[in-house]
Amino acid sequence: MEGLDDIIGKHPFFADMRDDFRRLVAGCSRNTVFEAGQYLFHESEPADRFYVLRHGRVALELSAPGRGTLTFQTALEGEIVGVSWLIPPYRWTYDARATELVRAVSIDAACLRGKCEADHDLGYDMMKRFMPVLIQRLQSAQMQVLDLYGAHA
Amino acid sequence: MPEQLFAAPALADPMTPRVALVRRRWRDGPDVWTFELEMADSDDPAYNFAPGQFNMLTAFGVGEIPVSVSGDAAYHGRLIHTIRAVGPVSIALTRLGSGDRLGLRGPFGTAWPMREAEGHDVVVVAGGLGLAPLRPALYRLLAARERFGQVVLLYGARGPADILFRKEIESWRRRLDIDIEVTVDHAAQDWRGHVGVVTRLIPRASFDPLHAIALVCGPEVMMRFAIAALNDAGISDAAIWLSMERNMKCAVGFCGHCQFGPVFVCRDGAVFRHDALRDKLALKEL
Repeated sequence: MEGLDDIIGKHPFFADMRDDFRRLVAGCSRNTVFEAGQYLFHESEPADRFYVLRHGRVALELSAPGRGTLTFQTALEGEIVGVSWLIPPYRWTYDARATELVRAVSIDAACLRGKCEADHDLGYDMMKRFMPVLIQRLQSAQMQVLDLYGAHA
Repeated sequence: MPEQLFAAPALADPMTPRVALVRRRWRDGPDVWTFELEMADSDDPAYNFAPGQFNMLTAFGVGEIPVSVSGDAAYHGRLIHTIRAVGPVSIALTRLGSGDRLGLRGPFGTAWPMREAEGHDVVVVAGGLGLAPLRPALYRLLAARERFGQVVLLYGARGPADILFRKEIESWRRRLDIDIEVTVDHAAQDWRGHVGVVTRLIPRASFDPLHAIALVCGPEVMMRFAIAALNDAGISDAAIWLSMERNMKCAVGFCGHCQFGPVFVCRDGAVFRHDALRDKLALKEL
């Protein structure tokens, strides 16, 4: 049976990670499953974990009075969900909902932050993996805010 | 400047509009209408367009705008144009109904490199109304499907209601020989597809970057990011083609309104190979 160490090692987000780092991450991890419609987390709740998607699709959503719930991004297999665990106050700023069956690895944030504090090389490695995710989200947000396909485009 | 494979046919008098008749029109999205036009002369040169070329359409008494042909070049005897009502001329054009007349000059400009694409994977990246100028290329790809490798269409729209040619995309999806992914910028909970910018679809698409040609059309900001993502995926600038939209007025390179550095978009484009424009796309002064 495939262990968490192997699962993490095969995930694109952790590609080429040092074996000892991968074992440290696996020590903070557990497998989890969400049925379609289940929420991974809700806005304003403590961001005490993040998710490494192995299968399925997750909608990142915000609710706006008068407009209902809007999806501003979907995350797929091979991607991660959740970056708010990285910086205080460690609270989610949106909802995350499984739109179909989702299999993921859930990584305990406090556990991993503690290991990153204890070993800054691990912390730097993790930051290098999260920065492209953050930059990509920022670029996506820029394009979405510009409403490129709107009438003025 | 790469060799253009399809040059505009020589027009006897490129500055004089001919009269076109609206045969049918139908809605293809909020404020977007598609028109089927018929020329007075069955041999009108407008019917001999290549995918990617455009016509200048005149709303009589209002003005003239460039509009890419969005129909099938093999569909002789009718011209298809898709227009979004955004300015005085396009609003006037979209108010025309069956039997109404408009002015037409063209076809003008360069075309998608369909012949060069043969034997290659073809990655079509479209944003918003940018799918319209690419549709003639898609018709060509699908009509001669055996001449191409993987064919991939990646399309980004504002929201689910704004997806252009939706029924046609759905019918193409039922074919088993084209990969189609659609994403929207935002959506309500009943949308079950992708949400996010179209560039995010590129790393997931299946193609051989060393033997692929990319055709890109959409807002310039979207195209810049799409080109970067295509480069990241391994497609070189010389294999990326894009359709520019600038302030085209005369359509024959006389007036200079659409000058973009050393080129006129109307005459030297609107379809360019990216290595011809690479350093200029992000220049605000152009």
